[in-house]
Amino acid sequence: MKTPLLLLTMTEADRSTSLVSLEKVNKHFGALHVLRDIDLDVTRGEVVVVIGPSGGGKSTLCRVINRLETIDSGSITFDGHSLAVEGRALARLRSEVGMVFQQFNLFAHKTILENVTLGPTKVRKIARAQAEQRGMELLERVGIASQAAKYPAQLSGGQQQRVAIARALAMDPKMILFDEPTSALDPEMVQEVLDVMISLARDGMTMLVVTHEMGFARRAANRVVFMSDGQIIEQAAPDEFFTNPSTDRARDFLSKILTH
Amino acid sequence: MSALFDELPVILGAFWLTLRLTLATAVAALVLGTVLAAMRVSPLGVLRTVAATYVNALRNTPLTLVIVFCGLGLGLVLDVSFSESLSVNYLWLSIIGLSLYTAAFVCEAIRSGINTVPIGQAEAARALGLTFIQNLRHIVLPQAFRAVIAPLGSVLIALIKNTTIAAAIGVAEASLTMKSLFERHQEAVVPIFLGFALGFLVLTLPVGLLFGWLARRLAVAR
Repeated sequence: MKTPLLLLTMTEADRSTSLVSLEKVNKHFGALHVLRDIDLDVTRGEVVVVIGPSGGGKSTLCRVINRLETIDSGSITFDGHSLAVEGRALARLRSEVGMVFQQFNLFAHKTILENVTLGPTKVRKIARAQAEQRGMELLERVGIASQAAKYPAQLSGGQQQRVAIARALAMDPKMILFDEPTSALDPEMVQEVLDVMISLARDGMTMLVVTHEMGFARRAANRVVFMSDGQIIEQAAPDEFFTNPSTDRARDFLSKILTH
Repeated sequence: MSALFDELPVILGAFWLTLRLTLATAVAALVLGTVLAAMRVSPLGVLRTVAATYVNALRNTPLTLVIVFCGLGLGLVLDVSFSESLSVNYLWLSIIGLSLYTAAFVCEAIRSGINTVPIGQAEAARALGLTFIQNLRHIVLPQAFRAVIAPLGSVLIALIKNTTIAAAIGVAEASLTMKSLFERHQEAVVPIFLGFALGFLVLTLPVGLLFGWLARRLAVAR
């Protein structure tokens, strides 16, 4: 087992730079135990990729960090504070954690630029002109600036997902959660989204990415977390994980996805 | 026929009152109905219960009862007064009754609209840090309204016709005026009736057309 070793080798200083820390987190959906005693630390600037079979609790893990799902027991701390239960404190936490969804979830009645400026103007109370200028810079960065006046339904899936990333970035988040960001995309659009994510990772953004894209994990991840049946089965650096997984379940999973 | 033309100023005056009743009630019912719909989807159980109870009570009470209660119960017995003038006071009391009643229907229309907005829209807004109220105001309600413009048009048409119930407490809107004209011109009840019926069509038909057009125009593409 790698997990305890990894934790033991962490120094006190490492621990203090944890941005997110989950301890003994449990979550049930009815009779289904989707998260079982999850311990996970993500340090600043780290890119953690969560992989594993469907229904293994990966998305739920992603969603409990900004409390889109509540937890039954355990604790989650973000940036030194334990997760607020509700109200303004929770809203403040969420404003510091970006989220990119599988289904993009761009605001359908707002233009692309309005999607990107809504958070800064309404949550951060930044002046509209300033938010729009910054919004255009971000749209430029993800290559969508020319579509700023369009509505989400007029864009392709890949374009929509890049806007969703720009929307998250507009809040200057301390971290971005990606919940299967490329799973709803046509194959030819996957790379354009991954390219944006890779450039974010290179720039030092703290990221937790639930994905089936092993190529992304190899190229951009600092650590791969393998989850199955609601548990973290093993975690390791990508090279080590892909070439020499230490558990049978991870080996079995990799053999199924890497052979085709 | 001549009676109809002789009384035209009276008739137009009555419809002007009908129109004012309608507009005042529509605004009040839209505001109250929206607040009720927000309560019905709020995270606080007590707000949900209060709003659901309100809707069930008002939607299932005959409007005549509500209006008579507002006029006689509130006005006469409990002495609620908005104006020295009796007719103005009853006008306000009937607006209150119509608004309380219509708000229940507006609430249910908007709530069904909220249910058409995909859950991901509200989740994305929460993930940005919007509060519950901001989420409703900027994300959920604008999309919900666009989805229920046509049903809201039906509620408005029903309201235009429902204003005639204000006659029960002596508000001289179109139907009460028609009744007094019947008494004055007994030889001409058919033309007078047709005149008033036509007057209501002139008010209601454009509303249906306008709201149908708005619904198509403002639909949210997904």
